[in-house]
Amino acid sequence: MPLLAERFTAQAAPPRDNREKLLERAMSRHRYSGDSLIEVLHTAQELYGFLTPELLTKIARKLRLPPSRVLGVTTFYHFFSLAPKGEHSFIVCTGTACYVAGAQGLLETLERRCHCKSGGTSPDGKATIAAARCIGSCGLAPAVIYDGNIMARVKPDQLNAELDRIGVQ
Amino acid sequence: MTVEELEQKQADEQERQRGLENRIYCCTAAGCVSSGADRLKQALTDEVKAQGLDGKVEVCGTGCMGLCSRGPLVRSSKDDALYGNIEPAEAAALVRGAAEDQEKLAPFRIDTTAPFFAKQEKIVLANSGFVDPEKLPDYIAAGGYGALARAITEMSPQEVLEEIKASGLRGRGGAGYPTGLKWELVARQPAQPKYVVCNADEGDPGAFMDRSVLEGDPHRVLEGMAIAGYATGAQQGYIYVRGEYGLAILRLQAAIKQAEREKLLGNRVLETGFQFRVDIRIGAGAFVCGEETALIASIEGKRGQPRQRPPYPPESGLWGNPTLINNVETFGNVPAIITKGSAWFSAIGTPASKGTKVFALAGKINNTGLIEVPMGTTLRTILFDIGGGVPEGGEFKAAQTGGPSGGCIPAEFLDTPVDYESLAKIGSIMGSGGLIVMDDTSCLVDVARFFMEFCADESCGKCIPCRAGTVQMHDILHRITRGDCHEKDLKILEELAKLLREASLCGLGQTAPNPVMSTLRFFREEYEAHIRDHKCPAGHCSFDGKDGGGR
Repeated sequence: MPLLAERFTAQAAPPRDNREKLLERAMSRHRYSGDSLIEVLHTAQELYGFLTPELLTKIARKLRLPPSRVLGVTTFYHFFSLAPKGEHSFIVCTGTACYVAGAQGLLETLERRCHCKSGGTSPDGKATIAAARCIGSCGLAPAVIYDGNIMARVKPDQLNAELDRIGVQ
Repeated sequence: MTVEELEQKQADEQERQRGLENRIYCCTAAGCVSSGADRLKQALTDEVKAQGLDGKVEVCGTGCMGLCSRGPLVRSSKDDALYGNIEPAEAAALVRGAAEDQEKLAPFRIDTTAPFFAKQEKIVLANSGFVDPEKLPDYIAAGGYGALARAITEMSPQEVLEEIKASGLRGRGGAGYPTGLKWELVARQPAQPKYVVCNADEGDPGAFMDRSVLEGDPHRVLEGMAIAGYATGAQQGYIYVRGEYGLAILRLQAAIKQAEREKLLGNRVLETGFQFRVDIRIGAGAFVCGEETALIASIEGKRGQPRQRPPYPPESGLWGNPTLINNVETFGNVPAIITKGSAWFSAIGTPASKGTKVFALAGKINNTGLIEVPMGTTLRTILFDIGGGVPEGGEFKAAQTGGPSGGCIPAEFLDTPVDYESLAKIGSIMGSGGLIVMDDTSCLVDVARFFMEFCADESCGKCIPCRAGTVQMHDILHRITRGDCHEKDLKILEELAKLLREASLCGLGQTAPNPVMSTLRFFREEYEAHIRDHKCPAGHCSFDGKDGGGR
């Protein structure tokens, strides 16, 4: 089901010229109000996949906010990412139910295979791994969101198989 | 739409549904979808076409049917049966529903007289599994928006307030503040504009009740908010939803659009002078935003940091205006109270805790899923009758309620009735409704460490007791799980807990020590075994000095 987690994953970028217009439209819908900063950042990240300093500066100017406030808000919330994401994404739910069911082991498997810590991207850019606080699928613990789809009752071997399939080094 | 038109629409849709030979409801909540509900629904839809039953048999998606562990779930209106673990291959038989098909389907049939169903009482989840959350007529056919119509045409705002007060409804977000009193505080404020905010930032790990309500019955929450708007004199509502809940956001957006189109929300609600709009605000992944003043800051586009209270939001909330903040489940109760009356509602539950509570059952339990029980039901009934007990081979050790602000309840308190006061008495809290069962393979020291790590990570950093205290407490717990610890550390742990409780700015820091304190109270010997003997009674922690916490 892509709906639940599509906001987590780097999306296929729409044509370049369009994105600027879409972002502008989002800001104008909120009448360039500073209060809409979080909404605008959501839109920007959906369009661009991650938030660059240029993008943030531009948003600050348009919403007439100090850049410090924009950066402060961006870094406060886990959702916003300042770095590009890998081709594939694995989000391990580390909510209580998943933790009790062994989510930590899944995360360790991913970290070992992708040579990066949770929140990072493998050096070959193939996979981004992250831990989510609770995706609300506790009945399926431990759960992993793999490219937007929920995998239920995951075993480390399943992750290894997927990593092999996408060719993570 | 006028009130008469609403009634007409309800009658029409009920008539139409009665005219169908069969209506097949597919649970399309997250649990069932990941067990293949989408494929099943598609197969059923195709099968209806193939058998030429268009217009006679209807397939629709619904919200959570509760028994997530048996997903995908399907309900058929013809024989009023519930089927679980069902494969697309059975679609033909389900659609036909003839006598020989019944036989074939028998192994998939779920006994709906089993305690899992019989011991529940559904108010907030009444429609979940029975209406299509994407179709407004479905909700209207089930009596939807009737409470709003009744409130704004037959009752004064004061009467609505009195009704909610008389019902004894208390906030379902965890703290249990009387809802009627909160509404009255906002209603009394002379300042305008006022706001109604629905807190759907369900951040507790292990809780998925609000999400299920929003995904399964979004109009119910909107209706509850509109009634609150009428009673308090607010014309604008906001729903603050977690960014992670993509489907809930889509369903809410669709529901708001439908309701506005039919004049059930907007400028002239039901063609009367009452106006109420609802906007969605999407969270961005900060647990602390569940705290009301932090939530307000976040809606205002700022860092979600709490502020000193008082003034409380009913006096000074969003942009300094009077603001009513209630949880999803609280609003979900409101339409039923207005429709059926406060006397009906207050007859359910215990003297101090009225009504029902939704719980999300998870962890080492057979029937994982979503349940709703009258307040005062014992934990034993919830976990063993409804939940089906711990899976074979395990032994019940503790139940965790209230997430990172709650506590662990050991076996000797299984007969505690679940209500606000009884849970507080044994060092836990009602919380928002996450209920996680742990068996003898779960190390409670590590669970306490897990929650402390969570709080340290989610602390917003504004006040020092929480920012530094959670890190210090986590450090000690981490060392205990690695066997690198002294007896005196337990004392420091307790001192820090006291400090956090008394000196933190908001609920996050004040309640962060709860999991530690409750496990220390009931399972102190586990801590001591870790410290003295370098032994983990659950066999979970390893003490070879390797980095990596409880593993």
